[in-house]
Amino acid sequence: MRYEAPSTIDQAVEILSQADGITRVLAGGTDVIVQMRSGMVEPDLVVDIKRIDAMHEITPEDGGFRVGAAVSGAQLGEHDGVKALWPGVVEATELIGSTQVQGRATMVGNLCNASPAADSVPALVTAGAIVSIVGPGGARREIPAYEVTTGPGKTSLEKGEIVESILLPARPARSGDAYLRFIPRTEMDIAVVGAGVALTLHPDGTCAEAKVALGAVAEVVLLVEPAASAIVGTRLEDEALDALAAAASAACRPIDDKRGTIEFRTKVAGVLARRAAVIAHDRARG
Amino acid sequence: MLDKAKDAVIDREFKLVGSRPVRPDGVDKVTGRARFGADISAPGMLVGKVLRSPHAHARIHSIDIHAALQVPGVKAVVTRDDFAENAKHKDVLCNVMARDKALYEGHAVAAVAATSAAAARKALKLIKIDYDILPHVTDVDEAMRDDAPLLHDDMITSGVDPAPEKPSNVARRFEFGHGDVDDGFAKADVVIEREFKTEAAHQAYIEPHACLASLTEDGHGELFCCTQGHYAVRDICASLCGLEVSKLRVTASEIGGGFGGKTTVFLEPLALVLSRKTGRPVKMVMSRDEVFRASGPTASTSSSIKIGATRDGRITAGQGEFRYQGGAFTGSPVQFGAMCAFACYALDNVKTVGYDVVTNRPKQAAYRAPGAPMAAFAVESVIEELAVKLGIDPIEFRLKNAAQEGDKSSYGPTFPRIGLIETLEAAKAHEHYSAPLGPNQGRGVASGYWFNFGGATSVSLNIHPDGTVALVVGTPDIGGSRASMTLMAAEELGIPYDKVNCIVADTASLGLNETSHGSRVTFASGLATIEAARNAKTEMCARAAMIWEISEEAVTWEDGHAKPAGANAGDFEPMSLADIAKIAEKTGGPISGHFEKNPAGAGASFATHIVDVEVDPETGRVEVKRFTAVQDAGKAIHPSYVEGQFQGGAVQGVGWALNEEYVYGPDGKMQNAGFLDYRVPVCSDLPMIDTVIVEVPNPGHPYGVRGVGETGIVPPMAAVANALSAAAGVRMTELPMSPPKVLRAIDDTRPSIAAE
Ligand SMILES: Cc1cc2nc3c(=O)[nH]c(=O)nc-3n(C[C@H](O)[C@H](O)[C@H](O)COP(=O)(O)OP(=O)(O)OC[C@H]3O[C@@H](n4cnc5c(N)ncnc54)[C@H](O)[C@@H]3O)c2cc1C
Repeated sequence: MRYEAPSTIDQAVEILSQADGITRVLAGGTDVIVQMRSGMVEPDLVVDIKRIDAMHEITPEDGGFRVGAAVSGAQLGEHDGVKALWPGVVEATELIGSTQVQGRATMVGNLCNASPAADSVPALVTAGAIVSIVGPGGARREIPAYEVTTGPGKTSLEKGEIVESILLPARPARSGDAYLRFIPRTEMDIAVVGAGVALTLHPDGTCAEAKVALGAVAEVVLLVEPAASAIVGTRLEDEALDALAAAASAACRPIDDKRGTIEFRTKVAGVLARRAAVIAHDRARG
Repeated sequence: MLDKAKDAVIDREFKLVGSRPVRPDGVDKVTGRARFGADISAPGMLVGKVLRSPHAHARIHSIDIHAALQVPGVKAVVTRDDFAENAKHKDVLCNVMARDKALYEGHAVAAVAATSAAAARKALKLIKIDYDILPHVTDVDEAMRDDAPLLHDDMITSGVDPAPEKPSNVARRFEFGHGDVDDGFAKADVVIEREFKTEAAHQAYIEPHACLASLTEDGHGELFCCTQGHYAVRDICASLCGLEVSKLRVTASEIGGGFGGKTTVFLEPLALVLSRKTGRPVKMVMSRDEVFRASGPTASTSSSIKIGATRDGRITAGQGEFRYQGGAFTGSPVQFGAMCAFACYALDNVKTVGYDVVTNRPKQAAYRAPGAPMAAFAVESVIEELAVKLGIDPIEFRLKNAAQEGDKSSYGPTFPRIGLIETLEAAKAHEHYSAPLGPNQGRGVASGYWFNFGGATSVSLNIHPDGTVALVVGTPDIGGSRASMTLMAAEELGIPYDKVNCIVADTASLGLNETSHGSRVTFASGLATIEAARNAKTEMCARAAMIWEISEEAVTWEDGHAKPAGANAGDFEPMSLADIAKIAEKTGGPISGHFEKNPAGAGASFATHIVDVEVDPETGRVEVKRFTAVQDAGKAIHPSYVEGQFQGGAVQGVGWALNEEYVYGPDGKMQNAGFLDYRVPVCSDLPMIDTVIVEVPNPGHPYGVRGVGETGIVPPMAAVANALSAAAGVRMTELPMSPPKVLRAIDDTRPSIAAE
């Protein structure tokens, strides 16, 4: 196995695009190294992006923040600006693992690992995060976070492409977000169900816009339109929340596995979507 | 009643016993110096790795190791052909290396020794095994059916008269009890009957199995391994490898948890045979995945309980049938389950039947109070339900029926002095029992019992010329026992704690010691330590007598000094241990004390636990809010480690109750062989576990000690189930009570909501 740790993204992209065989970008390594140790993957080339200085930065941009691909969960959690802007995204990222794992794990790694249960992804999707990708020859493109994952362990990234950063956009006035997950324990677990909600209120207090995303209930994170429309135009009264929960449950197509049953995930998806909507609503009202 | 027992034991004031000094192994443990199983290396050492069956049940036609041996760096491959048949340890042998069949996923089928882990891994992939895959069974009830796949063609159920003609997966049948249960049920005003199931739980020790073995051409072996019982390891390995017991020296490493799971062998015989084949030391360490798939979890069980009581709260009959599967070989702890099930109660009519069943799962190993927790989950759940139904406070109901000294136990013997009533009284009086509860919260209690055990014990105690004492024990320290032994030796000798240094000797340096199991160490090694100290004191008194030129009987030992027994003996300046030790060379030579025996009289320990849980009615998530563990320790030598045992048992019980389980796929393979999905409780899942040490002295121990290591895991599952029932109105009869099951149970009680 070859290990490279270039100091610029262009070098990283070049090494990756010229390599044959199985390649892996290494950010925090909390997925990659675990997978390597268990024999799930035996890469021929590992490209570590942590020596690229710019990747560790969080920079303000147009009222939002650009978060470098190597920014750890711990670093993000200590950033007051991002916390104030998109608390749901930060909370979701901070749920990953434990204090030790937080010191390494990145949001981008969470996204690119493409687990249907990745905690930060529903929150990134509802926040409207934009992912910046650099490809062979330095070609750059931007896609919504929602479009990165295409299936369990699969992404829309092409050979040689690396995610450079994620833009968390400016948050409209009277908006809030939240993410909740269900695990049987209090930490060190993978979401059995995750639910992210972001919403914006009209000055009169009715909901102008909403996004509801669910994790671990399908092969990819689901953006559930009917659940969002169930609260748009309402003040999130009980009936509206009931409708949101029912729509969220209806959208689920989970599997039975060691972590949860179809019946359980479907029901709890509605419960968590409703609870997350209430928190996002409180945040939007300030 | 308490007083009587106190008189029976010792009415003495302790100077050191009951205090909480720093443990002698503490510095090593916090600085990383302590050597655990995988921490030892030897010159020229090879790495050993095991090839394991991917199938739950398969006949092994052939094993081709040719290609594996060609891998550069590979020095030897061993298979079933490298081990002779062994009638005495037939099952152990078959478990450490499959013979004609692989009996469970993870069953060892070959092992490799190589100069690097990479070479060993490569070789494993090149071993070709021709399997004939057979139908499998992992569930205990399914394994008992007539049409179940058969594991062993020659398994005829023992304990059944007349013996069955056909083989089955039922290895043994047991029956215990007295009186007439039908008669008892006829007298009952209320009878409750229920079925229960529990899933296998792993001991989940942090340290995986590891060993380093060296075996020479002339049959001298050395083995360093992580075990609760190095003498047992020695005896089994010597037998399996054809060695003389005296030529195999086994040293127990520090141990990162065992809880019963490290009382047998897995890697050790393989490492020894690989070493013999290669002429080099071989080190083997299991991965966590191997620990789950191939070492011993506890049994999974199913049971049927029926208990009847009169309106005024007197139990008229108790009946239980227990079906435990213990993996691919006979030996599930169902016998203990059936014995302990009703041990808390004084019953006129009681009957328990146990079936020991084999399935295609790893061979079970002991786990804290083996067999008792599953039976207690079932019985204590019904006891609580009866109390609720009768409108009697659950502790009051237990008190009305509690076993005490002189009662005939449900499994035969008559109880000597025991402390169940005292734990119930202490629980009832505890502030926790009457504290207010919040919404969606409920409180449960349960009691539990474990026999405890003595067993072969040897201790040596050497008095050094500088006045310090070496205490040599042979029971691996799995819970702070070196601190407790040191306290007892120092107490008995009347010298400071830090003048005694306790070590765990290897098998060549001290006489036989039974494994550290059965909650026996503080009782048996403790008793042996006290006796060895008394033995040394007798000798020291003799030396003083010699110096003073008076008779030996005229000298006594008091406060760390030899003294004239009375005015008549003469007027001599008392001699301290150090004074006597300093001149021992001139008074006859080295002074030491020793003790070798099988101490009888291990006092049983009872416990009563109080648990508060909060249930999220929309997700079925259960949070333990408060936990109080009350248990009889007889006498707490080092209270911190007694509390640690109570807390550890409670925590492991909570894990077993709520989330821990072996999850099998339809292919008979374990789905969750890692700590991510085998969910032991993490710190933040639990409140501080409060403890109450009850001390009803055990007349069988000089200081009154009862073992405390195991009873603590017996009550928690039922206590949690009872609390959950109080909180959410659902009676859970299957472990683990994981959120999907709890949520379904809650929804089933509210059809209108479930239908929405
Ligand atoms: C103990 C433990 C607990 C965990 N708990 C959780 C949890 O609670 N919730 C959860 O969602 N996850 C959890 N995880 C999984 C993991 O920690 C997260 O997915 C984490 O965010 C991964 O980030 P990383 O930086 O470590 O990624 P890495 O392991 O470095 O990479 C993950 C994947 O993304 C790819 N990748 C990384 N960076 C880039 C990039 N810039 N461009 C393109 N591809 C890239 C890698 O090639 C790899 O395929 C846990 C893991 C462990 C070990």
